[in-house]
Amino acid sequence: MQNKAPAVELRNITKRFGSVLANEGVSMEIRRGEILALLGENGSGKTTLMNMLSGIYFPDEGEIFIDGKPVVIRAPKDAYALGIGMIHQHFKLVDVLTAAENIVLGLKGRLDMKKAVRKIDEICKAYGFEVDPKQKIYDMSVSQKQTVEIVKVLYRGADILILDEPTAVLTPQETDKLFKVLRTMRDDGKAIVIITHKMHEVESLSDRVAVLRDGRYIGEMRTADSNAQEMTNMMVGHPVVLNIDRPEPVNPRLRLEVRDLTVRSEEGILKLDGVTFSAYSGEILGIAGISGSGQKELLEAIAGLQPTERGSVTYYEDSGAREQLLGKDPLKIQEMGVVLSFVPEDRLGMGLVGNMDLTDNMMLRSFRRGRTVFTDRSTPHHVAEDVVRDLSVVTPSLSTPVRRLSGGNVQKVLVGREITQAPSVLLTAYAVRGLDINSSYTIYDLINRQKAAGVAVIYVGEDLDVLVELADRILVLCGGKVSGIVDGRRTDKRQIGLMMTRIGGGAHE
Amino acid sequence: MFDVVSFIPRAVVQGVPLLLGSTGETLTEKSGNLNLGIPGIMYVGAISGTIGAFLYETSLPSPDALNGFLAVAIPTLACLAGSLLMGLIYCFLTVTLRANQNVTGLALTTFGVGFGNFFGGSLIKLAGSDMPYLALSATSLCFRKTLPWAQTTGWFGKVFLSYGFLAYLAVVIALVAGYVLRHTRLGLHLRAVGENPATADAAGVNVNRYKYWATCIGSMVAGLGGLYYVMDYSSGIWSNNAFGDRGWLAIALVIFTIWRPNVGVLASILFGGLYILDVYIPSGMNLAIKEIYKMIPYIVTIVVLIITSMRNKRENQPPASLGLPYFREER
Repeated sequence: MQNKAPAVELRNITKRFGSVLANEGVSMEIRRGEILALLGENGSGKTTLMNMLSGIYFPDEGEIFIDGKPVVIRAPKDAYALGIGMIHQHFKLVDVLTAAENIVLGLKGRLDMKKAVRKIDEICKAYGFEVDPKQKIYDMSVSQKQTVEIVKVLYRGADILILDEPTAVLTPQETDKLFKVLRTMRDDGKAIVIITHKMHEVESLSDRVAVLRDGRYIGEMRTADSNAQEMTNMMVGHPVVLNIDRPEPVNPRLRLEVRDLTVRSEEGILKLDGVTFSAYSGEILGIAGISGSGQKELLEAIAGLQPTERGSVTYYEDSGAREQLLGKDPLKIQEMGVVLSFVPEDRLGMGLVGNMDLTDNMMLRSFRRGRTVFTDRSTPHHVAEDVVRDLSVVTPSLSTPVRRLSGGNVQKVLVGREITQAPSVLLTAYAVRGLDINSSYTIYDLINRQKAAGVAVIYVGEDLDVLVELADRILVLCGGKVSGIVDGRRTDKRQIGLMMTRIGGGAHE
Repeated sequence: MFDVVSFIPRAVVQGVPLLLGSTGETLTEKSGNLNLGIPGIMYVGAISGTIGAFLYETSLPSPDALNGFLAVAIPTLACLAGSLLMGLIYCFLTVTLRANQNVTGLALTTFGVGFGNFFGGSLIKLAGSDMPYLALSATSLCFRKTLPWAQTTGWFGKVFLSYGFLAYLAVVIALVAGYVLRHTRLGLHLRAVGENPATADAAGVNVNRYKYWATCIGSMVAGLGGLYYVMDYSSGIWSNNAFGDRGWLAIALVIFTIWRPNVGVLASILFGGLYILDVYIPSGMNLAIKEIYKMIPYIVTIVVLIITSMRNKRENQPPASLGLPYFREER
C-alpha cells in the first residue's frame, strides 16, 4: 500500500510547436498510490506534457522512464502497453458506436462482444461505475461519457491514469462520485494525475501538487503543507489577491425590463416560463441554476437569437425612452443604437470562428461599417492588438487561427472583443468555464470594470462561491421559472442551492 | 406486356458494375476518404483489363490456343493492378500529403477517363480495326461462361444462373464487406477511423494504414466493376466513352444504400433496372422522354437523401469525418 516508488519519471522534456515552446526542460515524477494535481495557467503546457505521456505528441528532447526503465512512447498504443491511460478533456469517443464498442476499440484479437461486456461489468462492479455497455454514445450525458472513458482505460489494464480537467463539465454531485472512485483507485495502488483549475478540488483530492508555468517546471509540494494562495502564487509567478471586489453600484438606473418571458424549444418543451425581472445599470445581476434550467434561452432571447412565445424585453435609454427588443434580430437591435454584448457559452460555435485569425474575428463585429465596398481591416487589427495587450492573450501572432489558442485565451479574445464595443448591456454565459484561476480573476476584474462604467451586466455562472462574491443580486432559475431574486450581499451558497432545486427554496425563513 | 423474365437479367447485368463500384466506394468512405475518383478508377480498371486481354490474345498463334484460365486471370490481374495504382495515387495525395479529397478525386476521374481513352484508341489502332472499337470476343466468352444448368431450368435459370462469374463474385464481395464492417474488429476499427480518426488514433488504431488499405481495396473492387462492364456486359467490346456515367451512379448508390454494402446487392439491381427502364417503357421516338427516364436513379438518390436527413438517425448519416484529412498533431 505504501509503495510510493516513482511510476513515471520525466527528464528534461522539451516540446515545440513551430516557434512556440510548449514545454522546456521539464523533469518530474508520478508516483503510485498517490493523486498528483498538475497545476498551471492556461497555456502553461500541462496538457501538452501529459499528451507526450499518452503518445499523442512526441517529445523533441528528453527522456521518459517507466518504473525506472527508459521507454519511447511513439503512439497511444505504446502508452497503453506501458499501462498509461489518459482521459482527455474533449472525450475521445465515437458517437455512433456503443459504450462497449468504444471500450474495445483498438484492441487486438477476435471481436467477442459478449466477453467484453462481461469484463466491463466486472470493472464497473469493482469501482462502482454505472455503464450500460449497449448504449450508444450520442445518447449519453457528459458524465456517462466520462465514465465510459475511465472504464476504457481500466479495461486496458492502465495503472497510471491521467485526467485532463475531468470536472469542468460535471455537476457537484457527479464530481463527488468521481472523486470517490479516484480515491478508491489510488488506494488500489494506481498512479493518478489530475489537471484542474479548481483550487478547492486540488485541496480536497490531491496528495501532491506539481506546478508548471510557461512550459517550465516550477516545483512541487505536498498538498497538506500548502494552501490555495501559495499554489496560485506559484502558478502565476507573483502574489495574487484571491478576493473578488464588489463595489456598490453607482447611480443604478433601470436598463432592461423582462416581463413574462416564455420560451418553448423546437420539441415543444417549456424552457422559460413567465420570467420577469429588471436589470440596472452599474450592477451585476447573477443568474444561478442547475445547468439546462433556461439560462441559455434567457440570454439568447434578450440578444434576439431565440424565438419566444410571449413576454416582453424593454430597453430603457438614459433619456427614459423605451425600446422593445423582443422580436428583433441582433442586426436590428444594433441599428436601433442599443449596444448589447453577448459572450455565449459556446465560444467557438457562436462567439468566434475557429478557422479565422484574431483580426478577422474582431471584424465580425465591424465588417458592416465603412463606406466603400472594401472592408476596413486596420481598425479591427488595432482592436486585436489592444485586446492581446490589455488581456495578455498568449498567441504566436495576430494572424493565428483562434482554434489554435488554448481555451482561456480564446475566452479572453471573445470577452475582449465584446467589451471594446462599449456595451450598455453585457450578457455573459459561463465566462470563466475552463479558465485557470488567474485568467478567471482577470475576467472578474474586466466585468467589474464594465459595472463601474455603468453597464448592466447579466452574469450566468456555475460556481456559486464566485456568484455570491461577485453579483449584486442573484436571480435563481429552477426549471425555467424564477425561483427567486436575492441580494448577493445577504445570501449564501446553501440558500441558492436550495432555490436551484425547489421554487423559492422550500421552507426558508 | 412487361416481360419480367427478360427484364430482371438485364437489370442485373446493368447492376453488377454499380454494385462493385459502390461496394468499393463504401469501403473507402468508411475510412473517411471521399473518393470521387471512382468513375476514373473503374475506367482505368476496364482499360487495364482490356490491355491485358489484348496482349494475351495477340500473343497466341491461333485463337484455338486460348487457355481459359489465363484468359480470365491475366485481364483480372491487370485490372486489379491498374485500379490499385489509382488507389495508391489517391491515398498518397490525400492521406500522406493531406491534399483536398474532392479535388484529388475529381482529378483522378478526369485523368482515368483520359488514360482509358488514350490507350483504348491506341489498342484500336494496333488491332488495325476500321471500326471505332476493339473486339476481344474470345476472352469475353471465358468471362461470360455460365453454369451448365442455366439454359435447361427455364425462367429460374434465366433469372438466377445466366451470369458470368464476376456477377456472383460481386454479390459475395458485397456480402463479405457488409459482414466485415458490422461484425469484426477490422470493421469496428475502420468505422472508428471514418467517424473520428483522433479517437481511433488515441485508442491505438493506425489511422493511415486503415485509410490506405480500405481505399486501395475499395479501388480494386471498383476496378472489377469496369472489367465486368467490358468483358461481360459489352461482350469484350471496347469503345471509348461507352462506360458512360456508371461511375457516378455507383457513388449515388453508396448514398442510396446508406453505406451498407449488403443492401447494395438488391439496390444495384433496382438501379440497373431504373437505368434501362427507358428501353422497356414504350416512349416511341421521343428521345427527350428517354433522357428523363435515365434521370430516375439520381432522383431516387436525392429522395433517399431527403428521407435519411429528415429521419435524422445518427447511424444513417455519412461517416462523420468523411472528406477531412487527419493529422495527429493538428491542434
